Amino acid sequence: MQKIALTLAAASLLVASAASTQAADGRDYISIVGSSTVYPFSTAVAEQFGKTTKFKTPKIESTGTGGGLKLFCAGAGVDSPDIANASRQIKKAEVETCAKNGVTQIVEVKVGYDGIVLANSKKVGQMKLSRKDIFLALAKEVPSPEGGDKLVANPYKTWKDVNAQLPAEKIEVLGPPPTSGTRDAFVEMVMDEGCAAFEPIKALKKTDEKKFKAVCQTVREDGAYIEAGENDNLIVQKLEANPKSLGIFGFSFLDQNADKIQGSMIDGQAPDFKSIADGKYPVSRPLFIYVKKAHVGQIPGIAEYLAEFTSDRAWGEDGYLAEKGLIPMPKDERKTVAADAKALNVIVNNKF
Amino acid sequence: MRETQKISTMERVNVGLAKRYRRERRFRLFGLAAIAASLLFLVLLLGSIVAKGYTAFRQTEILLDIHLDPTVLDVNNLATANYAALVRDAVLALFPQVEGRQDKRVLGKLVSTGAAYQLQDMVMSKPELIGATKSVWVLADDEVDMFVKGHIPRDVPESERRVNDQEVAWIDQLTASGRLQLKFNTTFFQAGDSREPELAGIRGAVMGSLFTLVVTLALSFPIGVAAAVYLEEFAPKNRWTDLIEVNINNLAAIPSIVFGLLGLAVFLNFMNLPRSASLVGGLVLTLMTLPTIIIASRASLKSVPPSIREAALGVGASKMQTISHHVLPLALPGMMTGAIIGMARALGETAPLLMIGMVAFIVDIPHGFSDPATVLPVQIYLWADSPERAFVERTSAAIMVLLLLLLAMNAAAVLLRNKFERRW
Repeated sequence: MQKIALTLAAASLLVASAASTQAADGRDYISIVGSSTVYPFSTAVAEQFGKTTKFKTPKIESTGTGGGLKLFCAGAGVDSPDIANASRQIKKAEVETCAKNGVTQIVEVKVGYDGIVLANSKKVGQMKLSRKDIFLALAKEVPSPEGGDKLVANPYKTWKDVNAQLPAEKIEVLGPPPTSGTRDAFVEMVMDEGCAAFEPIKALKKTDEKKFKAVCQTVREDGAYIEAGENDNLIVQKLEANPKSLGIFGFSFLDQNADKIQGSMIDGQAPDFKSIADGKYPVSRPLFIYVKKAHVGQIPGIAEYLAEFTSDRAWGEDGYLAEKGLIPMPKDERKTVAADAKALNVIVNNKF
Repeated sequence: MRETQKISTMERVNVGLAKRYRRERRFRLFGLAAIAASLLFLVLLLGSIVAKGYTAFRQTEILLDIHLDPTVLDVNNLATANYAALVRDAVLALFPQVEGRQDKRVLGKLVSTGAAYQLQDMVMSKPELIGATKSVWVLADDEVDMFVKGHIPRDVPESERRVNDQEVAWIDQLTASGRLQLKFNTTFFQAGDSREPELAGIRGAVMGSLFTLVVTLALSFPIGVAAAVYLEEFAPKNRWTDLIEVNINNLAAIPSIVFGLLGLAVFLNFMNLPRSASLVGGLVLTLMTLPTIIIASRASLKSVPPSIREAALGVGASKMQTISHHVLPLALPGMMTGAIIGMARALGETAPLLMIGMVAFIVDIPHGFSDPATVLPVQIYLWADSPERAFVERTSAAIMVLLLLLLAMNAAAVLLRNKFERRW
């Protein structure tokens, strides 16, 4: 009995001491945090990088854009992440937090585009929506259907109520919760635009922007919009089970499940590779990675990782990232961004 | 008078008897229905997991005749040679009629990008092979694999599947010539995580889970037992010990994410331990399992009859001798059962690990307590969130492995209890 107790005690001591010595060492792998949208792309690059170079494979955490930038900006030492993935541009407030914590030199690299799609099961017809339709179907308060400037609680029950050309199906949309970057982008690019189709609300934008945002970006809570969690695969499965509902998610999931689901036309554009790449499809957003310049040289491999990410075999039209669903930038833009990344040009604070 | 009364009581009983029996049968039926319902759910759960996942244990492989061209493979510089080109040439050689850059590119994608690494390993370990032509089974691409296993339907229009008609024709041709086969999926058990489903495996996650559990067991068992022994055998009964007891019982019911937040604040921000390391994961899970172990240990100490203690003290043993020679050995099986159940819970946890950075993409298999690591349930979560369809079956397969591990641990707990438990 005593022997067992002694061995266990010795083991725990060993573990504790191993910990303290290891913690003192520097890191020999790149640490990346951030957006779950960029995660599938940055992991693909990391894996390729780990297999083809002498460096260790970077560690990538999927924390969401906001959470990732918070960690990124928390400190300048090597125990903080080197790279943050973001599905939107870094905010002024975040740059300021960074600067306050000693992270002054940040390199911004735009890596490509991601489309957000509204899709439904292939068992039923394709939806042809405008952003105004989507706003009317999903907003909490809409302009009164009887006319006038008054806002009323959303009375629409079916798509036909919204627009006579749409089918008489119940409005049921599965989408991400407010914590998701996809949701942020969706309300900004679809709801705001659809909302601005109404003159009185559009006028509001100039006079009272806060009110404008509250009106346009508040999603109805009476069951027509269902928060389905951050797992896009789950939404795809639910669409299959319930052909009457629509789902909101990233383009790569549509791309992978083209035999089961179809993307809805938005403002006359179908979400496909080409229409997103040339900017015709209205609901697409740029993706970024942010790098701490001070860590280049301290942590082995950062410059090489950037070179891999910005190489044509990764982010080019035929690159392996396009295979994963990333929409590449035009060739000239890629060239400029790659050159900026190579030179490690930092973002200047007064840019905002 | 007495006679009639007696009869009327009997009659009353007899009248009510059928109703009472009915009621009893109904009661039993409810219980049976409850068990049937839970069994049904269990079968549904296991059935859907197995049905989705069993195909992951086999993997499509393609037989290639690869010419190990000495002009491409420089003996002095084997690490940087262009193995992918050799694989591509071998695939193209199977279909000499294919022309055009685009077609050739698609054809080259029938084979996994992992084939090049496979070839590299082979050549690096046996450089004398250079110059020869070797027949090698290489991994097929995940989409070919999905098609062969029937997860990508053949009968839908071409535009709706990720394998086009041309590729289908090639795959059929390969199958007909015996160059395409389903083989046991060793990669799944030997590799770390990957973004290519056919190259992804659970080894890294299993090792991470192992390291984490070792830390958890090494810390929580001795601390838990020591705390239980003190509280049960030495501590005076007063307001303070009551307070401690209430707190321990409370801690056992706290949601695990709270322990993750605590771990983030204490181990990462204050003690500066490395992020994503299995050591920190183990520490956090120790905090989580400690109350469970303390409660189980105290219960099993309590169940040792006082006569044993009294007898030991009576023949002149000291308090410490009584405990370490008599009480503890008798209580140990119960404590170990508690510890194993605590460990099984720790094995299935993801929420507290989210906060300390163990929910991450980690390719390299961890070799120590401070290497970045992930654990099995986290691996399942990450795969479930991946867009590639081939990850669906791998997710289910990983769940099966996790369930097997949990079953083994719980079986061990039952065995221990049956073998060593003594009834008084």
